[in-house]
This record gives sequence, structure tokens and C-alpha cells, in this order.
Amino acid sequence: MMTSRINPLLILFTVLVYIFLMGPLIIVLGASVSDTTYLTFPPQGLTLRWFENIFEISAFRRTIITSLELAFLATGLALLVGIPAAYALNRYRIKLPSWLSTVFVLPILVPEIVLGFSLLKSVAVGMETPIFLTLLVGHMLLVLPYCVRVVSASLASFDFSIEEAAVSLGSPPVKTFFTIVLPNVRSGVIAAFILAFITSINDVSTSLFLTGPGISTLPIQILAHVEQFFDPTIASVSVLLMLLTVAVMAIVERTLGLTFLAK
Amino acid sequence: MLKRFAGWWLAGPATLAVLVFLVLPVAATIATTFGEDGGIFAPYIAFFNSGFRRTVLWRTIEISLATTAISLVVGFLTAYVVSKSPGKLKSLLIIAAVFPLLTGVVVRSFAWLIILGKNGILNNFLVGIGAISEPLSMLYTQGSVIVAMVYLFVPLMILTLVGVLENIPDDVVQASSSLGATPAATFRQVILPLAVPGLIVGAVLVFTGSFTAYATPQLLGGERQMVMGTLMYQRAMVSFDWVGASTIAAIMVVITVAVVLAMSRVARRLNPMAT
Repeated sequence: MMTSRINPLLILFTVLVYIFLMGPLIIVLGASVSDTTYLTFPPQGLTLRWFENIFEISAFRRTIITSLELAFLATGLALLVGIPAAYALNRYRIKLPSWLSTVFVLPILVPEIVLGFSLLKSVAVGMETPIFLTLLVGHMLLVLPYCVRVVSASLASFDFSIEEAAVSLGSPPVKTFFTIVLPNVRSGVIAAFILAFITSINDVSTSLFLTGPGISTLPIQILAHVEQFFDPTIASVSVLLMLLTVAVMAIVERTLGLTFLAK
Repeated sequence: MLKRFAGWWLAGPATLAVLVFLVLPVAATIATTFGEDGGIFAPYIAFFNSGFRRTVLWRTIEISLATTAISLVVGFLTAYVVSKSPGKLKSLLIIAAVFPLLTGVVVRSFAWLIILGKNGILNNFLVGIGAISEPLSMLYTQGSVIVAMVYLFVPLMILTLVGVLENIPDDVVQASSSLGATPAATFRQVILPLAVPGLIVGAVLVFTGSFTAYATPQLLGGERQMVMGTLMYQRAMVSFDWVGASTIAAIMVVITVAVVLAMSRVARRLNPMAT
């Protein structure tokens, strides 16, 4: 086996890298339960009051709800337009021009912060669109590439002759899509949903210009809070977000297996 | 008729959304930088005439290059060990890299605020063991921004490169060693060249990500280490200088697109598997 031939120094280096990766997150976890009014590690005393404190601050209550609404709506919308697009890109590849798939790479190519600023200028101010709607559009564009790409990837291994067989046996095209195609790419759709959801929840750069005193998202609120207060509340909000990550990874593990995420 | 254009009908809404809400607004932002009084390039001349803004641009490039270089080395060596690890351990190591990646930018940058602060963990530790007598000011330095950015991008690099390294066929590695190459020589002359396209993809992701970052430089660099992202926010929302902010946006788009296009050409040319 090649395994035995790795340089021990390289193994030591890898161990250090993983301490570097995990350490800061463990520190945040420790700081969130510390019974002190300042951030410290290792925690002194043990309390959950900083978690209660999150919900006592109305700005956090509001932004948690906004962020969840936004993530669900943006992901839903992106899948609604993204699944048909992914289907078309695979099923009608020859008939559609090749630049079309490039269109869905654009949201990745354009810096998020530029997208947010441009939406503020052209859509929120220029078209007098309510800020939540503009934010929704921004997040929808942010997650659309994931949806199209991940669903496309699972459609690429779908055998379209199965669909043709169903249609030739008299099944209407729309019904065929829902009963034959969609169940076969279910794992792709779930993966797309999860990746998109977590991207939207954690986003700063796109939302930055599209939030204000009236409406804000959780990450933006955290940024604002950190600049004024340096208490363990932020650590406990961070832990909540980490728990969400754990939940997401558990769902992926159950449905697709975690190696999926490494692709 | 409906059937002939079925592909267009299905791809239409998503395509339109991107064109109307992304391409048009971004094009409009860039267009406003050219319509000013005082000549077509006036905002750009103003940008490059300002010593402060030139410094910001240069600092952003420096931070991004340093982050990319460090992430490449750390990511590649780690990915190499991960890809050679036995099954169970390998999945565990991959999970341990995915977890920080899925945890948001704000949380991961905030962690470094606790570590590097004046009363932070690192200072307390160093004072505690007697290495230093006074706490150091580590925050709001170029170094603190780079450390947090490396932290942000190393998991991405590891995951990208594990995929690349696993795709290198075992045959070529075995051929190399059976022809007498030492493991070190195989690593340098066979594995490294085959990983070059993947290294370039990773480098592009990290460079463009660092170059346009906002949250990390804002938290760990603050006003003292302003970068393009934080400068753009300050121009737009504090000074209400929208043309100035649009100019920064345009420079960001041009540099991002140029880097992506240039590096994908380089990647194609350097790919030893391509014929």
C-alpha cells in the first residue's frame, strides 16, 4: 500500500492544519457558554443565558425570521426556475445555443458585492422595488447557479429514453416529468436545496447593500452587533448557525451520503 | 410550435432572471462610470490619482495573493495526505473540512476576533507563558486579515484538490515508482504536474473570493486595513459617492473576469493530460 509511505512530517502538518480548522470553532462554542460578560476561552462557569439573550434582543428575533423566510423563498424560487432550466439544458442540448449554459455561470463570475450594489441602484432605487423583494431577487440569483448545476449534474446521468418510453406509451409530458424524471433526480434536488439554503442563510456580500434599519438579515445584524458589543451573545448566535450546519450535514448524510459534498 | 421551442420555454424564466436582474443592473453600474463630466474616464483617473485608493487597491491585491499562495501550499499538502488516507479516516477528514466550509463567513471571521483581540486568547496565552509582557495589537493588521482569509479558504482548497488528486490514475504513480523514481521524485515530477489544472482552479476561486471579500476585512481589518470591498461600501453608504463606488465595482468586475479568463487559458495549456 502507498499509505505507509507518507512522510511523517507531512502527517504532523496535516494534524496541525486540522487543529487550525477546528480550533476557532471550538473556541466560539466555549465562549458561548461562558458565565462572563466578555468573550473568553476556556469558559469560566457554565451558562445558557447568552442563548436566551439572543431571543431577548428584538433585532435578532426579527433578523432570524427574515433570514429564514428569505432562504426558503429564494431557494424555492431558484428551484422553480432552475429545475426546468437544468432539464432544458440536458434534454434539448443540441437545439439550444451553447452560450445558454454560460448564462448560469454569470452569477458566480460577478462579485456578490457588485451584484448587491447594482440591485440597490437599479432595482431598489431605480424601480422603487420594496427592499425585501430586492433582497429576495438578490438571493435568488445568488443560489440559482447551485440549483442549475447540481440538478444538471444528476440529470446528466438520467437516461432520457425512459422518459420517451413513458411518453410513447401515452403519458402526457408534464405528468411524465413529475412521475418519471423528477423522482430520478430527487437526490440532486435535495442537494441543490440544501446548498442553496445554507448559502442564502450565511450570505453577507449580496445582502450588504440591501439591508437597512428597517429590514436586515442575521449575518448583517451580527456584523452590526459586533461593532458595538463584545459579549458572548454573538458566540451563542454563531453556535446556533453551527447547529444549522450540523443539521444540514445530517440531512445530506441521510439522503446522499456525505462524500457527495466533497464533489 | 410549443414543442419546437420547448427548450426555450423551460430555460426562459431562469435565463430572463439572470439577464434582467444581474446582467442589466451590473452593466448599468459600469455604464454610469463612463458618463461623467470631465472626460469619459474621469472617475478612473480620479481613482488612480488618489494615493489612498491606490494603496487600498494594492493592499487588496497583496492580501489576495498572500491568501492564495498560503492556501495553495497548505491545501495541497493536506489534500495529498487526505487522498492517501484509508477509507474511514478519509471520510472523517473530508467531513471536518466541509463543516467549516458550510459555516458562514461571519461566524468564521468572528472566531478570529476572539483569538486575536487585545484581551484575546492568543494574547492571554502569550502573556501567561511569559513570552510577552504586554498584549500585542494583532487585530486590524494585514496579518490578521490574511490569517482569517486563509482560514476561510483552506477548506475549499482541500476539497477541490482531494477531488483532483483522487482522479490521478494509480497506474501512472505505480509506473513512476516501478521505473525507479523515489516517492519524492514521483510527487514532484508526476503528481504535482497532474494536479496543476486543479491548483489553478483553486487559486482562481481563492483569489477572486479574497479580492471581493467584505465581512472578513471589515471585522479583522476595520478602517485601518481598508480593502476594495470595504472601500466600496464606505464610498456608497457613508459618503454617498455612488459614482466612486461604481468605479470600484467596475474595477472588481474587470479584474475578476480577467483573472478567470486568463487562468482558464493557462490551465488548458498546462494540462498534461490534454492532447
